[in-house]
Amino acid sequence: MINYEQYLRTEKLPLIWCPGCGHGIVMKALLRAVHEAQLDKDKVCMVSGIGCSSRLTGYVDFNTLHTTHGRAIAFATGIKMARPEMHVIVITGDGDASSIGGNHLIHAARRNIDLTVVLFNNQIYGMTGGQVSPTTPYNAYASTAPYGSFENNFDIPQLVEAAGASFVARGTAYHAMPLTNYIVKAIDRKGFSLVEALSPCPTTFGRRNKQGDGVKMLQRQKDHTISQRKAESMPDSELNDKIITGIFVDIQKPECREEYQKLIDHKKGKGA
Amino acid sequence: MNTNTRVLTGNEACAEGAMAAGMRFYAGYPITPSSEIAEVLSGLLPKAGGVFIQMEDEISSMAAIIGASLTGTKSMTATSGPGFSLMQENIGYAVMAEVPCVIVDVMRGGPSTGLPTNSSQGDIMQAAWGTHGDHPIIALAPSSVREAFDQTIEAFNLSERYRTPVILLMDEIIAHLNEKVRMPAPDDYAVINRVKPNGPGEDYLPYAFTDTDVPPMADFGSGYRFHVTGLTHDPTGFPSTSHDNVQALYERFDRKINGRRDEIVSAEYFYMQDAEVVVIAYGSVARSVRHVVKTGRVQGKKIGMLRLKSIWPFADKLVSDATCNARAVLVPEMNMGQIVRQVRAVVHGVPVFAFNKINGAPITPQDLEKEIGEIYDQL
Ligand SMILES: Cc1ncc(C[n+]2csc(CCOP(=O)(O)OP(=O)(O)O)c2C)c(N)n1
Ligand code: SF4
Repeated sequence: MINYEQYLRTEKLPLIWCPGCGHGIVMKALLRAVHEAQLDKDKVCMVSGIGCSSRLTGYVDFNTLHTTHGRAIAFATGIKMARPEMHVIVITGDGDASSIGGNHLIHAARRNIDLTVVLFNNQIYGMTGGQVSPTTPYNAYASTAPYGSFENNFDIPQLVEAAGASFVARGTAYHAMPLTNYIVKAIDRKGFSLVEALSPCPTTFGRRNKQGDGVKMLQRQKDHTISQRKAESMPDSELNDKIITGIFVDIQKPECREEYQKLIDHKKGKGA
Repeated sequence: MNTNTRVLTGNEACAEGAMAAGMRFYAGYPITPSSEIAEVLSGLLPKAGGVFIQMEDEISSMAAIIGASLTGTKSMTATSGPGFSLMQENIGYAVMAEVPCVIVDVMRGGPSTGLPTNSSQGDIMQAAWGTHGDHPIIALAPSSVREAFDQTIEAFNLSERYRTPVILLMDEIIAHLNEKVRMPAPDDYAVINRVKPNGPGEDYLPYAFTDTDVPPMADFGSGYRFHVTGLTHDPTGFPSTSHDNVQALYERFDRKINGRRDEIVSAEYFYMQDAEVVVIAYGSVARSVRHVVKTGRVQGKKIGMLRLKSIWPFADKLVSDATCNARAVLVPEMNMGQIVRQVRAVVHGVPVFAFNKINGAPITPQDLEKEIGEIYDQL
């Protein structure tokens, strides 16, 4: 059994997250993954942007960096390029990563830089009170979508897969153990890894969309998700309202910092 | 002394100066007239074991250099007006989180895409006030290619000493000027590195109040695990909105830079002892002023130049002292009058004239001779 306290700044508790928020469950999955991957705390750097989920970095006992909205991946890129021996883990929300930070997300995936991104997707802007996000489903309500969202939404795993990531998975707060497993694999995979963690926000999404409290929203995750393996043998008609979970990409290809190291090794000592 | 002479542009000298200062991480996005800095460094850095990365934009470039600097790697970016605007939010972050780094802004005409290939001094105020909030900043402005080299080193030294971002405001004329430069040997310049903590990790306060107002800075990954945030924070680095903590933090920021103006501010005095017309200039404009001062002196006109080598914090006392015996002060600038406002705020009882040229063309000696002639007519 893991002793969570060894990874927490317990004096910073209680968390700012609302009762029923899924972010705490995802954080535990993350800490279990760090524990399982046997990472040295001094060599872990957790970098977050701005949003409810991004407050996580204040609570965990690593090298932690709470940056500007949307820019966590860009700060993390600087850390990884300068100090490749660090395990750089990015904590971000759906708005943080795919709206304001969308450009950094696709370019980090394209570079295939060795970062592990844990994207807390609550399908809404939690911290600012429930405005529409790029992952808010079509027709769902938000404080800036009082008549329902009229925009199409991103499928984040598909987006980062297309951009060139080495490892892509989607899990949920309900399925906390598989989620841990995805994060362990993401940490182990050299290259750009992203794990999307669906995380219920009863306060700003659930309430407006009549999905009930945190427990009901978790139950909903159970009912409305289906593993990729099962989905493969099911007809499209049955998959209509389902969200598919699982590992979508797990491949090995040249990693950005390692490629740069080859250049350094080749050029170093050859004089300016 | 091991000197060698080279012909370089300001941009090339800036890149060389950064290497000499120990810069080993560069992130940037191409923009005229700064791109040669990136081009030169993409070649030099891997040879020195350093890292060059061309980012997807200026926002991420600024973010990446902050991340790299937190690991203890001296870092820099270079850009021009539009890119400088994009960097502002994260420049503010570096101020708040006290992360040393250097931002080179090669000034071109603006606003917007403006004059990509022409010179300007339009970003003086952007350097000080471009990001939100109220905070001190350090900015330098070179007037020659050799000084682009020297001031890049100085920018790193100041950023390391005060744990703050430092801006090098170079204008396009200096950036693209080719000049013969006598390169100094490494023994001829000092390289300053940030003070690191040496006590046990549990006792480390990354934002401690110290005698110097500059807390020691640990490298990420060196065994000191600490938290860095852009939110107001207490000495531990964790967010705090307590009125006392917040006021104390901002006052410390102010003290560590504005309170040390004397150590940061630098200027050159040229024929100033008996000057009755004092021309205050910086950047490329000072080169035309120098010529006019020399020719004026031959004609018996008592003209002198006070050349500002540092722009921020502003040289309040120095300017008021240097002009107190003058009959007139002239501030020529390639903008509509940015430094002249600072000058007017500290010069009393002496008329201060502005000469502003903002069409992309240099301020020439002829422009200045005419202007100074008119000033003499009025005296
Ligand atoms: C440049 C900038 N724009 C806007 C904001 C305001 N803001 C803070 S958090 C946030 C949304 C966060 O949503 P998300 O990333 O989905 O995370 P969540 O809070 O839902 O976990 C916004 C828009 C900001 N801090 N900075
Ligand atoms: S607003 Fe939503 S995401 Fe934010 S803490 Fe509350 S429940 Fe969680």
